[in-house]
Amino acid sequence: MRQVQPLAIVNAQLVTPQGVVSGALRCADGVILAFGSDIAAEDGDAIVDAKGKLLTPGLVDLGVFAVDKPAFHFGGITRAALMPDQSPALDLPSRVGFIAKSGKPDLWVHPLAAATRDLAGRELAELALMQEAGAKGIATGRRWIADSGVMLRLLQYAAMLDMVVVTHAEDGNLVGEACATAGEIATRLGLPAAPAEAEALAIARDIALAGLAGARLHIRQVTTARGFALVREAKARGLPVSCGITPAHFMLSDLATADFRTFTRLSPPLRCEADRQAALAAIADGTVDVIASGHDPRGPEDKRLPFADALPGMAGAETLLAMVLGLVRDGVIDLCRAFDLTAGKPARLLGVPAGALVAGLEADLALIDPDAPWIIDRRKMAATADNSPFDRQGAQGRVLGLWKGGVRLGG
Amino acid sequence: MGLSGEPASTKGVALMATSDPHHAAGRFPAGRLAFAHRDLTGIGHLQRHEILYLLHEAEQWVALNRQRTKHSDLLAGLTIINAFFENSTRTLLSFEIAGKRLGADVVNMHAAQSSVKKGETLIDTAITLNAMRADAIVIRHGSSGATRLIADKVDCPVLNAGDGQHEHPTQALLDALTLRHALAERGEGAEDFTGLNVVICGDILHSRVARSNILCLTALGARVRVCAPPALMPAGVEAMGVEVHHNFDAALDGAEVVMMLRLQSERMSGQFIPSPREYRHLYGLTTKRLALARPDALVMHPGPMNRGVEIDSEVADLAGRSLITRQVEMGVAIRMACLDILTRGARGVEGWA
Repeated sequence: MRQVQPLAIVNAQLVTPQGVVSGALRCADGVILAFGSDIAAEDGDAIVDAKGKLLTPGLVDLGVFAVDKPAFHFGGITRAALMPDQSPALDLPSRVGFIAKSGKPDLWVHPLAAATRDLAGRELAELALMQEAGAKGIATGRRWIADSGVMLRLLQYAAMLDMVVVTHAEDGNLVGEACATAGEIATRLGLPAAPAEAEALAIARDIALAGLAGARLHIRQVTTARGFALVREAKARGLPVSCGITPAHFMLSDLATADFRTFTRLSPPLRCEADRQAALAAIADGTVDVIASGHDPRGPEDKRLPFADALPGMAGAETLLAMVLGLVRDGVIDLCRAFDLTAGKPARLLGVPAGALVAGLEADLALIDPDAPWIIDRRKMAATADNSPFDRQGAQGRVLGLWKGGVRLGG
Repeated sequence: MGLSGEPASTKGVALMATSDPHHAAGRFPAGRLAFAHRDLTGIGHLQRHEILYLLHEAEQWVALNRQRTKHSDLLAGLTIINAFFENSTRTLLSFEIAGKRLGADVVNMHAAQSSVKKGETLIDTAITLNAMRADAIVIRHGSSGATRLIADKVDCPVLNAGDGQHEHPTQALLDALTLRHALAERGEGAEDFTGLNVVICGDILHSRVARSNILCLTALGARVRVCAPPALMPAGVEAMGVEVHHNFDAALDGAEVVMMLRLQSERMSGQFIPSPREYRHLYGLTTKRLALARPDALVMHPGPMNRGVEIDSEVADLAGRSLITRQVEMGVAIRMACLDILTRGARGVEGWA
């Protein structure tokens, strides 16, 4: 599926890294040629009238747990970095190579190589061979690597390969079997809980080791005030540290778990309201680099269980865009930054030529009506499972059209 | 309305020593409004007047249980399933006796022998029990919130007999009933516990009994102190309206009631206490320590006790002060009251449809 005819999308609000401009965008051979107010369709172009809606880069979702094409396309996602927590784990070049080709042509899946064999946190996996096979980064998976010696050697190796290391920031020994954040809600519900400081402990160590190794560190989810403070401080020191978050942690606090609803069972668990406010502040002040869906569809066999027995995770690909546009409406961020958080920065971390409206980059485009209202309804979801904690909530922002490499998806 | 549909308070029981139905009629809202819940999954859902109503309704069963013939046909023809996914002897027995004394057909399902071990999910088990047309299901489960989960999937009332570290409502109710009787006997009888100083000491973190008792006692006006080593004290528990102590001696000062809890080693991953000997040194209720409380302080324990660890035998068996066996007695009455009230809708009792 290659782009056979040049495409011009006219009459659009173009969300570029420099700002929102009215105009048109032309692409051919799968890459963006030019855009702006002075660009017009040329002879032989296929023409799409955007009718004044937003034309944005397709979202680059950094850190999903399943390849779920219908959900990604519903949510405007054209590239997804897949976590290595698959069955079996992505710890061999052959598995990585297979996954790297699996979504093409209409979805590009960028596998993240398992940092250690079977994600056990002990022996390094064949990272260079996996990079050769198409891995765009390295991830520790759902867990933290407890052994600081292993972690340092991993970071040194990743620095040599110039691959980003995506970590999970929870001190596993402190967390144990906990499924909630220690505090009033967990105490009232009687849920096994761990202190929120488990995150800060993990981040502090990983930043120290990354500084030592000179490695690029991306903490996939930072969810506590202390955690953001550590990342802020590391950035001020000039370390190549970045961090992300998923909408659940800036939309919900542990109060949402009060009826034992397992769709709110997440990893890390939902935090207290003060931490949620800290997350919003960190998104606003630039501490947060990436907002990802953390897409992790879970069926009833994993979720229709008592809270502590259910598996963590939420299906988030369909709601990511609407939740981020909510931040724009609330004045937390502007439109340009919204798409840097969800497309530009993730693409740069992965080193893929996409994620922004820039001439020469892949023509992965989304046409978006940022105000279109809809109700999130788990019964109508495109994802392979319906575990959305935002079920029955109103949302605004829908994808009207999606192009991958200049080719329109879904007709 | 059939014979079995007469109001419980006038049925079968001749001696109404401690409760007066006419008084009750004015005291509590009529019919279903007195207890507006299909299930009993926790004290946290209950209003103060609903707790008092349950206690009031239990009085008649206390009286019945002290007769030679301890039987009523109130629940004749109904099936009660005791589904215990966690091992239990005393609570299961108490619920079984309660159901049988009310004339119901009681069936016990033990998790150890059930299909849960074969990988069946909890909800499938619940649906299976529901399909057998139980009229009430009593559930104990090792995971917090499990009872609520089942209650949402079945058509009959569900009673929580303990879910994980969440709640154990009938234990808190029986403790309140025990306490009310004991206080009445010494001439300090009142409907609730306004101003009463209660200390709960032990493994608060893992204890559903502690959570239910905190909710119940504070709802009835008591001042509750909780005492545990820091590792066994849940974060933010003071938000539940209790005073937090780590020094048992200090916590006992002025205490009128001392509730001791067992160390729940089966729920502990890792070491919380260096040794039982050391635990007794800091938190064991000895005769010497009991002397730090009010001179007539009452001693309670939900059982099973670890004598010589959290409580010494001399204290556990202290006549007139230890209410531990009385708690067991009141347990049957409370469970009878709960089964009666929750099945009133199904039995077509007037005002409860």
